[in-house]
Formats: sequence, structure tokens, C-alpha cells
Amino acid sequence: MNKTELIDALKEIAKPYIQDEAAFEHVTEETNFIDDLKINSANLVDIVLDTEDKFDITIEDDEMEQMLTVKGAMQVITSKLNA
Amino acid sequence: MSKRVVITGLGVVAPNGVGLSNFEKALKAGTSGITYFEDLKARRFSCCIGGVPEVSEALKLQYLTPLQLRNFTSSGILYACMAGMDAWKDAGLSVAEETPFWESGCIFGTGISGVDKMKESTYLLDSGKVKRLGSNAVAQTMSSGVSAYLGGIIGLGNQVTTNSSACATGTEAILLAFERIQAGKAQRMIAGSSGEHGPYIWGGFDAMRVMTYKHNDTPTQGSRPMSATASGFVPGSGGGALVLETLESALERNAPIYAEVLGGAVNSGGQRNGGTMTAPNSVAVQRCIKAALQNTHIEGKDVDLINGHLTATVKDPVEIENWTIALGRKGKHFPYVHSLKSMIGHCLSGAGSIESVAAVLGLKNGFIFPNTNCEDLHPDIAALIDVDKIPHETIHTEEIEIVAKASFGFGDVNACVIFKKWDYKANLSDTFKVSDTFTTKINHE
Repeated sequence: MNKTELIDALKEIAKPYIQDEAAFEHVTEETNFIDDLKINSANLVDIVLDTEDKFDITIEDDEMEQMLTVKGAMQVITSKLNA
Repeated sequence: MSKRVVITGLGVVAPNGVGLSNFEKALKAGTSGITYFEDLKARRFSCCIGGVPEVSEALKLQYLTPLQLRNFTSSGILYACMAGMDAWKDAGLSVAEETPFWESGCIFGTGISGVDKMKESTYLLDSGKVKRLGSNAVAQTMSSGVSAYLGGIIGLGNQVTTNSSACATGTEAILLAFERIQAGKAQRMIAGSSGEHGPYIWGGFDAMRVMTYKHNDTPTQGSRPMSATASGFVPGSGGGALVLETLESALERNAPIYAEVLGGAVNSGGQRNGGTMTAPNSVAVQRCIKAALQNTHIEGKDVDLINGHLTATVKDPVEIENWTIALGRKGKHFPYVHSLKSMIGHCLSGAGSIESVAAVLGLKNGFIFPNTNCEDLHPDIAALIDVDKIPHETIHTEEIEIVAKASFGFGDVNACVIFKKWDYKANLSDTFKVSDTFTTKINHE
């Protein structure tokens, strides 16, 4: 899975939780889930669960802490998939 | 001076009608909302019938967002949001933008929230998957989920809380909201309650053998309040909500007024003198009704209609007897009496508010909804009151001025509220009086 595909997959996962449609149109690696997409911080745990399901991986608490941005999430997913 | 409190909005999600107009039609026609559930049969319930409001997925989306509905299974919270939002809209009010409505709150009761969510969570927890509960297991299973969801959707900034007193919950909520407004602590409150449906809610009652097992083939005839063949209650579910506000506020914004809440009383029988966890102490019931009259400065003779608790158990004659003693009236001097449970079953924590919505609709629009399923009146009831006081057909009348609504619940708790018909002409002089004392306008909304 290349970068673009990974970003698209994450966009798909985040979509139900976003509250800023305009920002969602321009998601980049630097996009912050809470600050930019206005996702309720409580929903981050749902994004983590949906990510686990999508990629069939298990994400630990300390790894979840890195998943505040698209880039952080991509790193966690990539490292899991390559492990 | 304590504030006068009026009702300016109603909302209802009932087994025999979702939304005010459907509900009113069903009331007048005596339509039953009780159906048979194969699922209950499969679970070996004795009582396989019940009342569940018909709510489509499309209808849900008119109240909750796709995000809110994600992994959402709490029917009680759904009913609360639907009834509460409908009542708010019916009162001509809108949803808050950035600033909450500081003078508006809600007291929305329930017996329990999110049992289906709780079950789902239990399985995950017991298999070591605590994190799979996700973000909303708490919000959906906390008792105050009903008021929390509703308060957030509308933007309520006054007290937002949940009361819980078993089957007296809904009636109690109205009185708690009434007292808060009367005391000047809020200008407007949504008062209501809801009850969930399904095997996880109803199972405990089935185990107690308090639900009827005789009408699985004849569901619409199962709920038989005041009947000689009443054989236990039929479980129901749903929600009801009323917008209560100060008379000043209602008049100032020209809101249509449904009725006035004169007040009422709540008490407990202390599970003494015949009162138990599950049965009422009759002395307490009588005291509660009498206190309601006293608190509202009316007399037993002033009550035109009783909207009873009357669940269709063997205790119905006792309730009627308690009314005769508390009001000091019997035989042909007894007021009209009816029980909505004949149509929708016993909606448990939702009962008091759904039944109150029916009471207020009847007052406003001049009708007494019929009792169904009690053509064979219980002889003990016939011995106490004139049979004509138990209408089997809808009566259209503007003569009903005072309705007493009572609910009794497990824990030996009682609640009785008094509603009065709103008559603009008769209240015109009072209105001027109100204006005189209305010196400081409350800066609201």
C-alpha cells in the first residue's frame, strides 16, 4: 500500500467522525485529527478501533498516543504491517 | 411570589403512535400498540406480547446524526431525544447556537439506559476486549444518558439531570421540573421520561410472573386495566416529553398554552403497612393524592378526570378504592377514570410521561380517550364507582377542567400531578396581574 492509498484509507476511516468538511477535502500527512478535522477527542478511540479492523492489526496504548495526525497514524500502521 | 407554570410543548413516542398527531388519532380511536414478539417466545418468555413504538431508520436520522447513531443501540435514549426534541419544537423553540439556553434545562427520567449496549459490552469485557467498547459505551449506558443526549442536542444550560423512581419516574419528572420553575430557578424545563424495550428490560418482570401469559394469541386484548379478567400487565416502551415554562415567558413569546400545571405531590409508603418493594402502601397512595389536592388548592370534588396508574394487575380495584377515599367520592359522584395502559401496555419508566402527554392533549382538545378491554369490569370496581365513569368510547367534551394523573412505582413510591385546562378568557384578568408583577424581564435566549 503506497502513501496515497494509505491516506485514502485513513480518510475513509475518519470520515464518519469529522466535523469540518472543508478541511476533510484537503487532508495531507500533516493533518491533525482533532485540530484540523474537528474530531471529538473521544472519537479517537473509535478511529483506532476502526483502523485495527481495517488493517487487521492491534494498536497499543502508547502507539495510540502517536496517532493524533495522519502522519503519526501512517507510521503506526506501516510499522505494524511491516513487522 | 411563586411562578405559575404552563405547558407549551408536547412530544411523544408511543407504541400506538409516534408523534403528536398520530398519537392523538390513536387515543381517540382506542388503537392498540400491542403486538406479538417471536423473539420473546424463542426466549421462553411466558408473556410474548408488548408495546414497541414504530421507528424507522429514516425517522431516527431526523433526530440523531449518523455519527450519533454509530454503534447506537439505546432505545430509551432514542425515545428521549425524539420526544424531547419534538416537544421543544412544538413549543416554538429552536436549538441553541454557540451560547446555551441558560434559563432552560431538563429533567428527563428513566429506569435504566442502554441495556442492549450493556449486554454487548459485557461479552466484550468477559473476553478480554475492554478497548473494543469504543467511545460511547458510557454515554449510552449511564442513566443520565437520556438527559445528556437531549441537553446536548438542544443546548440546555440550566439543570440537566435524570430522575429515576421506577414506574413513577415520568410523573415525578414533571413535578420536579414544575418545582424548579415555580421556585424561579429556571424559566423553562423539558420534563419527560422514557423506557426501553426488549427481553433484557422485560425479562425480570416475566420472571416475577407479573405480566400476562394469557394473551399471546390475542395481543391487543392483553392489557386489561380494571377488567375482571385482568391477568397481569403487558410491557411497553417509549417516551413522552412536556415543555414546562413560566406563564410570563409563555405569554411574552405568544406560545400556545396546552394546560397549566397546578402542582402535585410525591411520597413513599416506606414499604410499611402493606407496602413492599413491589406493592403500594394504600395509606401512602391516599396521602399522596390528598397532598396533591392540598398543594394545588383544589378539592376532591374539583377533579373531573383521573388518568390512573391502573396497570391491569389484581391491584387495580385497590387503586380505585384509594381514589375514592382520597377524593371522598364514590358511586355516581366519582369522576371519570381511564387508563392508557389498555392501549399501550405499561411503558414502565416511560409510562408517567406518555400518559401525561395523553392527559394534556385531552384537556386541550376536549376529549376523554376510551378504556379498552374492560367491558367485563371488575366487580370490586363496579361496587365502588358508577360504571358510566369508565368510558368505553371517546367522549368529546369541553367540560373537563381538572385532570389528576398518578403513577406508582417499585420501591413503594408515588407521584400525583394536577393539570388544569387553560382558558385564555378566564385567565385574562390573571394575565394583567402577572404583568404587574413582571417588573424585571428575564434576559433569555
